[in-house]
Amino acid sequence: MASFKPTKIQVYPKLGEKVTQDTLYWKNYKAPVQIKEFGAITSIDFSPVAPHNFAVTAFTRIHIYGPFSQEPVKTLTRFKDTAYCGRFRSDGQLLVAGCEDSVVRLFDVSGKAALRMFRGHTKAVHVTDFTSDRYQILTGSDDYTCRLWDIPNATELNSYREHTDYVRCGVTSKLNRDLFITGSYDHTLKLFDARADKSVMTMDHGQPVESLLLYPSEGLLVSAGGRHVKVWDLLKGGQPLVSMKNHHKTVTCLCLSSNGQRLLSASLDRHVKVYNTTNYKVVHNFDYAASILSLALAPNDESIVAGMTNSILSIKHRKSPEESAEVSGQQRRTPSYRVFVKGKNYAPKQDDYLVSKPVKQHLAKYDKQLRTFNVSNSLDTALATWTRLRKPEITVAVIKELDRRGTLKNALAGRDEQWLARLLNFLIGNLVDPRFAAVLAPAAEMILDVYRRVVGQSPLVDRQLLRLQELLEREIDYQQDLLEVLGMLDTLFASSLPRLEVDLS
Amino acid sequence: MVEHGDIRVVHRGGSKINSREPVVTNDSRFLLCASGERVKVFSTSTEECVHDLRGHTDLVTGVLLRPTNHLQVYSCSVDGTVRLWDFTDGILIKTYDIGYPVYAIYASANHEGVFFIVTPTQSDNRSELFQLVAVHLPQSGDQLVEAQELSAVLSNVSSNPAATGFGRGGEYIASAKGLHLEVYFFKKQKSYRFSLKEDNKKGGKNTLMCIACHPKDDCIATGHEDGKIRLWRNFNHKKEYTYTTLHWHHNAVSSLRFTPEGTNLLSGGLESVLVQWRYNQESERDFLPRLGSAITHIAVSPDGTLFCTSHSDNKITIIQSCVKVSAVIQGLVNGESVRTDLMVDPRSKSLVLNGKPGHLQFYSLQRDKLLYNLDIVQQEYIHELGLQQFEVVKVAFDAPGNWMATVEERKPKAAEPEINLKLWAFDEQTQSFVLNTTVSAPHEAQITSMCFSQAADGQTSMLVSASEDGHFKAWQLPRSACTEGPSWSCDFVGDYRGLAPQCCCFSADGSLLAVSFQEVVTVWSPASWELLTTLSQPPKAIRDLCFGRLGCSKYLMGTTASNLLCCWNLLTCSLEWSTSMDVSLLLSDPLTENMAAFCCQAESTDLFVFKPSEPRPVASLKAVCSGKVTRAVFAPREEMLESCEESSQWLNRSQLYFLTQHMDLMTFTTKAEEDRLAASSKQLFIDDSVAMTPFYLLLGKHRKQENQDSLTRLSAELMPLPRGSLAIKELLQSPAHVLPSTSVLCSMFVESLLVSVADGSEESKHAEEEMESEKEEEDSEGEMESRTPRPEPASPGLQSAESAAPALTKAQLKELRRVKKLDHGWLADLLLS
Repeated sequence: MASFKPTKIQVYPKLGEKVTQDTLYWKNYKAPVQIKEFGAITSIDFSPVAPHNFAVTAFTRIHIYGPFSQEPVKTLTRFKDTAYCGRFRSDGQLLVAGCEDSVVRLFDVSGKAALRMFRGHTKAVHVTDFTSDRYQILTGSDDYTCRLWDIPNATELNSYREHTDYVRCGVTSKLNRDLFITGSYDHTLKLFDARADKSVMTMDHGQPVESLLLYPSEGLLVSAGGRHVKVWDLLKGGQPLVSMKNHHKTVTCLCLSSNGQRLLSASLDRHVKVYNTTNYKVVHNFDYAASILSLALAPNDESIVAGMTNSILSIKHRKSPEESAEVSGQQRRTPSYRVFVKGKNYAPKQDDYLVSKPVKQHLAKYDKQLRTFNVSNSLDTALATWTRLRKPEITVAVIKELDRRGTLKNALAGRDEQWLARLLNFLIGNLVDPRFAAVLAPAAEMILDVYRRVVGQSPLVDRQLLRLQELLEREIDYQQDLLEVLGMLDTLFASSLPRLEVDLS
Repeated sequence: MVEHGDIRVVHRGGSKINSREPVVTNDSRFLLCASGERVKVFSTSTEECVHDLRGHTDLVTGVLLRPTNHLQVYSCSVDGTVRLWDFTDGILIKTYDIGYPVYAIYASANHEGVFFIVTPTQSDNRSELFQLVAVHLPQSGDQLVEAQELSAVLSNVSSNPAATGFGRGGEYIASAKGLHLEVYFFKKQKSYRFSLKEDNKKGGKNTLMCIACHPKDDCIATGHEDGKIRLWRNFNHKKEYTYTTLHWHHNAVSSLRFTPEGTNLLSGGLESVLVQWRYNQESERDFLPRLGSAITHIAVSPDGTLFCTSHSDNKITIIQSCVKVSAVIQGLVNGESVRTDLMVDPRSKSLVLNGKPGHLQFYSLQRDKLLYNLDIVQQEYIHELGLQQFEVVKVAFDAPGNWMATVEERKPKAAEPEINLKLWAFDEQTQSFVLNTTVSAPHEAQITSMCFSQAADGQTSMLVSASEDGHFKAWQLPRSACTEGPSWSCDFVGDYRGLAPQCCCFSADGSLLAVSFQEVVTVWSPASWELLTTLSQPPKAIRDLCFGRLGCSKYLMGTTASNLLCCWNLLTCSLEWSTSMDVSLLLSDPLTENMAAFCCQAESTDLFVFKPSEPRPVASLKAVCSGKVTRAVFAPREEMLESCEESSQWLNRSQLYFLTQHMDLMTFTTKAEEDRLAASSKQLFIDDSVAMTPFYLLLGKHRKQENQDSLTRLSAELMPLPRGSLAIKELLQSPAHVLPSTSVLCSMFVESLLVSVADGSEESKHAEEEMESEKEEEDSEGEMESRTPRPEPASPGLQSAESAAPALTKAQLKELRRVKKLDHGWLADLLLS
């Protein structure tokens, strides 16, 4: 007597992303901490010194958060208008920020009032940064200029008027105190040397430049503008190296992982993409709730901080190793100690009789119903919401099994409007899937056969049927186009093949 | 033509055991069933065939226990005889010659000296009308008896034995045919006839299929074609009869049986579910589902402990009181058609062909026993008429037997056919095939041919499948092992001018692949997938392709639809020879150069065996069987035959099996082989007389040992008795006052003991010898003589003082030596004093 053979669920090759080291690494973060700020968060900067506080520039304030606190440890509020680009100096003691009112302010991190105010720009200052010698400040403004300021004297050292549009991004070299690069909405990147009066290198990005990033070695420069992220080789005179177009909206921010192996780009399309810096392929992808304006990584990638247009600051902390292990341990329910100990120390005696118990066959619910020939119920089970949405292959396998048994028509017939709408919805979602089409097309025909008489009685079902029709027409057109392309390719291949010599003799 | 005087076509195994109802003996130990021209006796506990009752010359149509002697059995046959057998010893006791073909036999304990048979009304022509006839057995001591006293009981009965049955205590006999039920009462000598309407309201058919009579009650159960069971009562009146209807089966009820006490009614049908109805409480039913295939007959043992169901797949299931299947006797499954070619599993050397639906059966040809069924489709089989099921249509094995490829196919109405290609790896641990890869829809249309590459290195086996969709595909195991074990994938897709490939074949060394596209044979190199050459012999399509083996490997044989057998030489790429014959099947022997061609000529098939190198047959057999032969296989022999006759040499290395149109498995044997078989057929009788109970396990072993030891012990125990006991008996039985003083007796007694030990070892040694040889008896006699003086030891001291007597036996010498060693100081003291 054979036992019931369960319905075979077809296993399809997995086409989704594979689990790589990168996905494991970048997924190993806790659930984000979300903090509501007063306005869109335009800039986030980590202090270079421990404990690595970070400055968040949003609206007219700069909040400085500690690495684990959810409340700001410090708030700088002395701005007349929207503040921009709060940046720490390399010793973590001073912080500079631009403002909509064209004044650049320098703060002591421990104090409240501005230490210095640099006036000279005529329009909003969006770019500020310290040079590597720590005594000068670079600023870039909407008045198309960028300037160098001396901190001790609060005087303007130099002004560069080479850009023809807003200067919205800029970086200073960490290795050379005189070099800095600015990017502007006039699509260009310019490399300046403080010792010269003019830019020494100009690169054309092609789109308004939103963000710049220098590699730690400072041989490569990454620029983001429009949908493109481009990498330039500075040592080869600004030769473009790679151009990446992985976002579908403007890329707003760039940052580098702590080991320099991965590049992150954030965009208005709510995604953060992680690139491998050796081959510039996307290796991971994060989703956020809103368009991202600013992104920063803590040293050692301890946390990922993203600021969004809806003024939410999202902080994701890395899981500590024991924590990640703990979580996986918690997911598994552990039986009590007694269960493990029970019978463990029992030594079988010689005349013990071993009772062999038949192994109970575990069957899924739809299989149990199929075993008792409850075809309608098994179809109901297979069409349950979770199965239908998450495991359509199970639903399809049950439909296929019913078709094989010749009872699909019975299972489909005699249903109410709601059920039919649900089934049609499933069909609309999966009919054109090449994996399922062979099974679902006859089933769809059967539904039309069974319910032909009552078409037109329910607006809900009629709408679904119209959608199904539309879908099929579109699919037919699509297939036709594909066949045309195939035909064209065939002719191309045929003409490109070397003609075989026909031996006439 | 070559002489073939001594080559004969014989049936080889796999005869039906499910044609008639099996019979369980009174003690439930044996099961008897009709199997072709024989009656087979199976043991119900071990499933082994214990006896094969041979004697009938035609199909056996019924087996029946003799009501008056439960150790004897009647069997009836179409050859017009009824034979009485002793099934425990397998002896034919009597043969009753009826003179007409017998289709069924019935008997009742209340009708002594009479049995009832079903014969055709007109004996000469094979008419459709049958009658029930009572046969009075003549009292005669002869072995062959002619039974002449026939008297008709009922005319126009069904030839189906399930449609007739004896009622309570043999008072009446009921028979069903078509829509009529007829009951004949022996006392009143009157029959009543009840009819049902052609069709009832729902359109089900009322035709009666089978009948069962209650053993204790006046009740007849009839099974109908629409799945209903009717229980008839009050049928001794023409008008006032009543019936109740039971309905569970959705297809025709094929068998009905009451249990001996009449408490339960068993029914079975196509659903392969055994249904047990409580008599008088019909709402309560028990089911035993999934018995494998449709139930054709049900039998109950006379004590009611065992149920036997025979199934349409040539199987008998033994069920213990409707709960548990305790044994399965499985014959070769003969479906209506064998879709797969006959194959030989290279490992087990068993024949592989379609078995149960969706299964492959591995049938041992040497032992005539089904080894196992392999589930290919792995789907729940739905027992329903008219349902399109998956069928295994192609099987291929690679040369070492490590891989098996199967193709299953299902053709739903008005939809694309579903095809699955499955690859199975041989698992050493379970000694069976394990599914490795499933390719769903490997081709868009039916697969016409499939073969493995014959490469000897075995590492890189390749499978080629050709399909009607115009492509042939090569499948290979990828060299780089994936994480989840290796799985097969498509390596190459080939086509030729959009034609549909018909057959494919690898050369013996695997370096060439021949694929036929209609009338063109294309030869490819599997290493580079290059089209090497094309061979063609118009005007008709190629039917079969076959490469030569061994010395003839340069030849490619092909048959065409225009009755042409062609042989191409692959070195010159030209036609070597061709001959005109209608070859229905061409196959090559894997062990020799021989090829066999079955030719269909005028409704019968001829066999030609030839070597591709010369267009002259090595052997030819005319009229092998009627009809076309489409399935055959060369099976390697276990041991080579040494036949020097030229005509039968081709049978030396391997044996040729083929399936006839009627799905009978046949083979060719030589006279020498038959003689050898006959000599070795004195098979061991399986002693199944003692049931295997825990007590048997405990006691049986003990008893066996006892049997073995009995001889040794007889001699070991009985022999020393006269000597040892004589002294001791004397000592113990004589009254104390007559005995000499203890000091005198002591030494005597002790000595007797000592001697007996030495003798005992001697004795047992001899006893062992006794087991082996018979002349040893003389020795023991001699021993006895030598021993005789010992029981009366006068005074050992005196004897020892004398010199050794002449003709001393070994034992005496030994004793002498031992006695010498004894301290005789005390004796000297005694003498001196």
